[in-house]
Amino acid sequence: MRIGIPRALLFHKYGKLWESFFRELGMDVIVSPQTNKEIVARGVNYSIDESCLSVKIYMGHIDWLKDKVDYIFIPNIVCMQSEEELCVKFMALVDIVRNTFPEVKIIEYTVDALKHKTEAAGLIGAGIKITGNPVKSVKAYVKARAEYHKAQNEKLESQIIKLQKNKEMGRLSILVVSHPYTTYDNFLGTPIISYLEKLNADVIYSDRIESELAKKLSANISKTLYWSYHKELLGAVEYYKGKVDGIIFLTTFPCGPDSLVINLCQSRLENIPNIMITLDELESGVGLKTRLESFVDIINLKKKIKNNLKNAG
Amino acid sequence: MPAKKVTFPHMGDYYYAFKPLAELIGEPMIAPPITKKTIELGFKYSPESVCIPFKYNLGNYIEALEAGADVLIQAGGGCRFGHYAETQEEILRKLGYKFEFSKLANDYGLVGFARDFKRINPETCYASIARGLALSLARIHCIDKIADKVRKNVGFEANNGEIEAIYQKFLKDIDKTHSVFGVFSLRNKYSKLIGAAKLDKPAHCLRVGIVGELYMLMEPFSNFYLEKKLAERNIEVHRHVTVSGILKEYFTGDFFIKQHVEESKPYLKHHLGSHGTESVACAHKMVKDGFDGIIHLKPFGCMPEISAISALNNISKNYKIPILYFSFDSQTSQAGIETRIEAFCDMLYMKKKARDTASTQAKLDKVATVK
Repeated sequence: MRIGIPRALLFHKYGKLWESFFRELGMDVIVSPQTNKEIVARGVNYSIDESCLSVKIYMGHIDWLKDKVDYIFIPNIVCMQSEEELCVKFMALVDIVRNTFPEVKIIEYTVDALKHKTEAAGLIGAGIKITGNPVKSVKAYVKARAEYHKAQNEKLESQIIKLQKNKEMGRLSILVVSHPYTTYDNFLGTPIISYLEKLNADVIYSDRIESELAKKLSANISKTLYWSYHKELLGAVEYYKGKVDGIIFLTTFPCGPDSLVINLCQSRLENIPNIMITLDELESGVGLKTRLESFVDIINLKKKIKNNLKNAG
Repeated sequence: MPAKKVTFPHMGDYYYAFKPLAELIGEPMIAPPITKKTIELGFKYSPESVCIPFKYNLGNYIEALEAGADVLIQAGGGCRFGHYAETQEEILRKLGYKFEFSKLANDYGLVGFARDFKRINPETCYASIARGLALSLARIHCIDKIADKVRKNVGFEANNGEIEAIYQKFLKDIDKTHSVFGVFSLRNKYSKLIGAAKLDKPAHCLRVGIVGELYMLMEPFSNFYLEKKLAERNIEVHRHVTVSGILKEYFTGDFFIKQHVEESKPYLKHHLGSHGTESVACAHKMVKDGFDGIIHLKPFGCMPEISAISALNNISKNYKIPILYFSFDSQTSQAGIETRIEAFCDMLYMKKKARDTASTQAKLDKVATVK
């Protein structure tokens, strides 16, 4: 049986877990390719025009997958922890896809902390539904979870090493604050990150921080915030703000929670250069490059003045 | 010390219902009515892509603060609404205003709400808070009941303006009534008065249901008096979303959400968040009831309602009922909205005419075959 996983939205966060889970179950897993212009165009074609770009891209991936697989895997994540919420698009995703592509067969799993539906129960349940074998499903989940953890830890460590190296070599490091599905998307974040690297700046990723620590730190900026993923972002800002030279907020148009949270965060940041870049499907690339260049130039200039003052003093 | 001036953002006629709450912490102050200027102020200082109700609220606050308000109240709710208060406070403080902010955020509940009121005004006691709350709830309930009756009849009155005048008088009276019992007897009195108003209503008038995001539905200024426009064209207007409905959902938790999901099957399987599910459920119910059209309102970029649209599109397709979508943002012009409403109404009337002729033709054919 072939199962398709769209390479969009939460795939960039839990992809490793899902992929290895279904592989362990003995499924034929097909992950859609990196987002390209064609997938974006397909997505735009199938979406309500006011959906956020991330959802449009998701629809593009579904459209790419739908003829090639038997089932498409879609997570239905409602709430990760009590007193927290997620952007409502994650709980509506299954229904949006069902209404847009009635012919697609869906495998879903629900995570809802308020109703005691955990990730483990959801995924294992989905596994039992497909294979009819509980033992195999539990085993697959345990193994997939271990792999996911390992990969997460590697990511974390690589970032810590990178930060240290930058400090020793005096290289510029810039924190990119955005959701993993923006940062690691081939159409959205990747061009920006590779261009920053071309400008000799090293990119620090906002999702590479322990989630518990991040949530605790986020209270320094906002106590009443209730979006889980935004808590992690704000925590990363708190954690890294003393360690980097500048911050770039990346957001897709029109992201609901971002519109409130980034504004709040920017107004509470002091003494650190930051910009907000909004991405949409019409992005030309040239305008973006100019903005990035001038941002990096400003940081460099600031750094130079600081060094001169230090030397003179 | 003079009493603190307490204010809250406008939403429809609910000012009269929230007033008893404001009285608990000081002297209620009506924020200047929403005008073009309110919106301009709101847009100027709000984050660019935030949803429109945020901007309206902020405009209200700025105008009220300019007029001397000391305490602002903001509620909380699903989706982005729960985080309005914090960002708004930050913006207003940065603008240099001095004020106290009572944030009745999501997870507060009744106890947190009472505690917050006591924080601002230590003199008030829990008993009077309970009394104020009861009065406020009673007023909300009665305003909703009467307004619903007005909506369904106002387009068909024989003497133009009669029902609207009754409604205005009702609001004035409710403002003066300070007991729960009195409020309920007012409701009965005015319900009868509206029932007694002379109507000129055809047996089969056009019926249109309005669904969508709650602020857009309940603040007539924000939707360019859509309900009035429909009434002027002799259309019966139905709207399910009211503050009492929202409160009912709030206090009963999952019960209503489950019911809504059930009602919107097979179009939905899960809750869409905030009022998205309700929009689909209401639209589905009304379409099955034989309504002639649905109008869906939302602020630009409203996520739950955008999710709902994909389901609404299918409902419209399967039942062959037209749905008109409106998305409001700063650039929305009144003339554009009016033209679209006009065209929509004309289309509904044409559809009805075609249907009527078809049914009379069918009857005639039947008679002919019998003969």
